[in-house]
Amino acid sequence: MSFDVPDDLRYLESHEWVRVAGDTAEVGITAFAQDELGDVVFVELPDEGTELTAGEDFGVVESIKAVSDVYAPVSGTVTAVNDRLRDEPELLNEDPFGDGWMLTVEVDDKSETDDLLSPDAYRDQIE
Amino acid sequence: MTLRAPPLSAIHERADASFTDFGGWEMPVEFESIRIEHEAVRSEAGKFDVSHMGQITVAGPDAATLTQRLTTNDVTMLDPGEAQYGAITDEDGIMLDDTVVYRLPEGAADEFLFIPNAGHDGEMTERWLSERDERGLDATVTNRTEEYAMIAVQGPDAPDLLSAETAVSLTALSRFEVAAGAVAGVDSLIARTGYTGEPGFEILCLPDDAGVVWDALECQPCGLGARDTLRLEMGFLLSGQEFHPVDEPRTPYEAGIGWTVKLDTEFVGRDALEGVAADGPEEKLIGIELVDRGVPRHGYDVTTPDGEPIGHITSGTMSPTLGAPIALAYVPSAYAEPDKSVRVVVRGEPKKARTRSTPFLDR
Repeated sequence: MSFDVPDDLRYLESHEWVRVAGDTAEVGITAFAQDELGDVVFVELPDEGTELTAGEDFGVVESIKAVSDVYAPVSGTVTAVNDRLRDEPELLNEDPFGDGWMLTVEVDDKSETDDLLSPDAYRDQIE
Repeated sequence: MTLRAPPLSAIHERADASFTDFGGWEMPVEFESIRIEHEAVRSEAGKFDVSHMGQITVAGPDAATLTQRLTTNDVTMLDPGEAQYGAITDEDGIMLDDTVVYRLPEGAADEFLFIPNAGHDGEMTERWLSERDERGLDATVTNRTEEYAMIAVQGPDAPDLLSAETAVSLTALSRFEVAAGAVAGVDSLIARTGYTGEPGFEILCLPDDAGVVWDALECQPCGLGARDTLRLEMGFLLSGQEFHPVDEPRTPYEAGIGWTVKLDTEFVGRDALEGVAADGPEEKLIGIELVDRGVPRHGYDVTTPDGEPIGHITSGTMSPTLGAPIALAYVPSAYAEPDKSVRVVVRGEPKKARTRSTPFLDR
């Protein structure tokens, strides 16, 4: 089974994606990750204004069968949180790279994204 | 250790199931998604490969005496073609396993068949053999786990699905009855039993024939994931979670199946259980529903609203049918009644919850 790995994103080995536009980064989990988890039933995310540190966990995704931490791809301040996930956690399954986005971050240091996986490198990891 | 694989493994692999190690067996955990499989069973029908469950037969003049000695229920109440649920306890009344004991229909080679949980078949065969030898009983005990496949078909449409494939009158088969007959042309035992709360059957046949039965029952294949959420909504026990001789030593009274204990029979653990029955168990299994958001999981602490620890979760999930987080937990008997306010500690955060009677669903 092959999973969508959009070319305009960067990735973490722990299956988070990040979409950087200017100083803002949008963060979510990949199609592969949601498939591994199965039916997502609960998402715990930080509040706006929370400081994230690259590589540290910032939230939790729970499916019926598993609990999984979510890790920050970059350091920065949370500027928006996807409130829809509160009542519609299944968006993570249905549209992980779109409506299932988790939060946006004002990035402290854009050079941090250089350490992230390219789409090809992430594809190699999950194949 | 090599995992045991059910006879339908190749079929499940072609169906792109994901697998998990369960009781030493590599079993399908998910085919489509737990939610889709769960909903299929509640609204239509689903089929489960439960070949990891053990099968042990007991035959000979003392078959009933021996099985009576080792199970809490009263097997002498069973006529041929009837089954009962019971517990297998040690001298202290602690549950080693739970099981369904079938008295096989007239004409069967063996008198009794019982179904221990996955991975318990070797230990339970030994237990029956050593009790037989100690008491000098005349009985033949055979572990037939590798000789049987077991397929469950469960859901409101299960009777129609199965009756299309068998001449056995399913309307005449009451709950906890078993009949011999062909399913899709395959010699089988058909039992009106299950682990979902829905109408349904469990079918035993030879491993080589299992694929024919599986394919003939055209409905949603379901894995152990949905099996777990379905049983949890009914408050049914899972061996190893709600009871385990070392990690969760519990009597049938604590586990809420005191009705399977027949103190007027002679069985291993009876005397200890008589004392528990007289005094009442100190702790009991209770249903819990979270009021706050979150998912209760095995091992999470349960506290009073003031934070005083009173117990722990044995199983929990997000109920697909109710859309609510539900769990089973052992708490002091004083707390084991519905509508008590408690807290479940999820990752260090106390979440509001209330106790509930089980089953969580009306079925």
